[in-house]
Amino acid sequence: MSWRSRIIASVSALALALAGCAGPQADEEETTGVTETTVTIGSHLPLTGPASPGFGEIAPAAKAYFDYVNAHGGVHGRKIIYKYRDDAYDPVRTVSVVRRLVEQDKVFAIFNGIGTPTHSKVVDYLNARKVPDLIVGSGCTCWDSPTQYPYTFGYLIDYVREGKILGAYIKKTFPGARVAYLTQDDQLGRDGVRGLDKEIPAASVVSRQVYQPGNLNITPQVTAIDQAKADVIVQFGIPQYAAQLRKAQLRLDNNARLVLNITSSDEPSTLLRLLRDASPDASANSLIQGIITDGFLPLPSDTDNAWIKLFTKARDEHAPSLPVTSNLVFGMSAAYTLVQALQAAGPDLTRQSLVAAMQEGGFEGPSFAPFGYSKTSHAGVIGTRVGIIEGDSLTYQGPTMITDDGNGPVKPDNSPPHLPPKDGVPAS
Amino acid sequence: MRSVFARHTLLAVSGLAAVSAVTATLPSYWQFELARAACMLSATAGLTILMGYCGQVSAGQGAFMAVGAYTTALLLGERLSLAACLACSAATAGTLGVVVGVACARIRGPYLAGATLALALALPSVTSIGSLRPVLQAENGLTVPVNPPPSVVGLAMSITQWQALIACVATSIMLWLLANLSRSRYGRTLRAVRDEEVAATLSGIRVAQVQLLAFVVAAVSAGLAGGTLAWVTSLASPGAFGVTLSLMLIAAVVIGGLGSLMGAVWGSLLLVLVPIWASEISATFELPVTVENSLPNGVFGLTLILAVLIFPAGIQSGLARVITGCGHRVSQYFPYFVPRDSRSKR
Repeated sequence: MSWRSRIIASVSALALALAGCAGPQADEEETTGVTETTVTIGSHLPLTGPASPGFGEIAPAAKAYFDYVNAHGGVHGRKIIYKYRDDAYDPVRTVSVVRRLVEQDKVFAIFNGIGTPTHSKVVDYLNARKVPDLIVGSGCTCWDSPTQYPYTFGYLIDYVREGKILGAYIKKTFPGARVAYLTQDDQLGRDGVRGLDKEIPAASVVSRQVYQPGNLNITPQVTAIDQAKADVIVQFGIPQYAAQLRKAQLRLDNNARLVLNITSSDEPSTLLRLLRDASPDASANSLIQGIITDGFLPLPSDTDNAWIKLFTKARDEHAPSLPVTSNLVFGMSAAYTLVQALQAAGPDLTRQSLVAAMQEGGFEGPSFAPFGYSKTSHAGVIGTRVGIIEGDSLTYQGPTMITDDGNGPVKPDNSPPHLPPKDGVPAS
Repeated sequence: MRSVFARHTLLAVSGLAAVSAVTATLPSYWQFELARAACMLSATAGLTILMGYCGQVSAGQGAFMAVGAYTTALLLGERLSLAACLACSAATAGTLGVVVGVACARIRGPYLAGATLALALALPSVTSIGSLRPVLQAENGLTVPVNPPPSVVGLAMSITQWQALIACVATSIMLWLLANLSRSRYGRTLRAVRDEEVAATLSGIRVAQVQLLAFVVAAVSAGLAGGTLAWVTSLASPGAFGVTLSLMLIAAVVIGGLGSLMGAVWGSLLLVLVPIWASEISATFELPVTVENSLPNGVFGLTLILAVLIFPAGIQSGLARVITGCGHRVSQYFPYFVPRDSRSKR
């Protein structure tokens, strides 16, 4: 061996020894992102790209509510710093922005990450990294898996429960009707069908159609439904396809009653915008009348509601450029629940104490329906109210219905609605 | 040392040791970025062999990475060890490389680039084909499980450090193989074919065979790169391996320097660092989201222009010229550090 090789060999031996020595600092990780005066929270959502209309308002709304809480003294003396990053609804971007939030920005927790296809790519990482992953903005049943994902908690009602509630409504309101399904060919649609089938008798389902997200032409599917002479069409999907379905109905002169799930109707205004040029002789507004859908939060049109008043105030003070829409209500409601969890976790905030507070549950906020949070369930909202679109907005019909994601009954929940605290900040 | 083989081994081991020592001291975010750079290096190094040593251009490197990524994503759930999955990734991509290489045997230069570009465009949509859709999950992509480090090292190492280490080990092995190849009889035939095909044929070299070899080597290294990248980022999706990636890889190899494997190192570092710089710029100046999203490509384009203006033969060649004095001695012992043009001048 020449002297050069000796030097290289000994340097590398030294380097390997160094590499072995350094270890992680496990205890510090528990309070990452928390100081005496601040707590830093991160999120990912589509601020650009095809999914950004509507969804892009959620995080700015949540930030406005956090700013409102900060202006009222914060949580246990800590101001909430909310960093949200754009992932353009692209899983590749989600992976990199969430890594950045966790590893570089050192956020304490990820809150209200939006989107099933995007968030499902980081849920393994967040749990392996033991970062609380709270109030996920998607109705996939995948977030409710306490053994596999102890750090992940859902928020939106899962599509199985929603399918059961909509199914029970159809069975009761349209007895003996011929029902057709049009669902998105992914986890969203499949979960929805699983719920619907638990309530609607198999004999009355005359057609089961699926569409591939990405292919806007769904005329073949709607033609098949038309030929099956369905009286009611149920859709689990996104607003774009709800609009396509409505347009195809117009072309085929089909008058079946439409039932849309929460992500499909999203907000009548999105549907309205998508239907603007649908027909020369019918206004977009007339095309959405009578559509049946559901929700679990107060409606922005209900200006007398105490929650809407609170959220409008927070918006006026901290983000006056945001429109008051159901997405604003959604973002602020999710933020309200997080503040409740932070309050419940106590002044000695750690990742463990926050997860424990989430599992303790019992949060009462803007949602009509209770949360499913417990040691054995990480499900978010477990019920919705069915409503009919009248005029420009939804009008709720009947009581809030709750159910489980198994074979349990769909039953009314008669607990009175909760009112916001006086200063609008949940008490500890 | 006389033996090229031993010298490469020593270099690979010492390089790996140095990188792992650096890894241990890095903050966890940079460990992740280092792991990504290591994955990219495997792909750029393979492309350097094809472009720099064999003189062919492939715009399909990203597609071969996708094949590797999906192979690892599908197999890792099936109780196969990570090493076996990565080996399978390299093998599957290599097999596809043979098929495509044979199909493209008669075309070269810009035509090969065109054909491989078609591959890069078409392959990601395979995930959306009817019967494959339930398995490959279309645009949604597959989630690759993040398995924590084995308990032996688990206590002393975080997940990100473990991932960075594995990525560096995989890439070191690939670089070691490529370095040996380039200094072997096959490396000489590659260069002979690149410089003058007719002369190479007259010397008894089977040109088509040699070009196929280079193409498959590039595919294998891309397969390994894709597999490791999927494991590091826990994601295999069509969006991660689009045409942009393939073109970025070519640009990275050109910026780094075509003639040497060290050029691939600079190229892969730039691939990872440029988006980070761009994002730092956006954060500093609080640019709007739309600007922030297009900035990385802009900065990368600017880097390409600057690199070509300042170092026409790539960063590695430029550096080699800067340190000519000591470069002379280095090049005696590690000739592949110094690009071909500066070597031939002596």
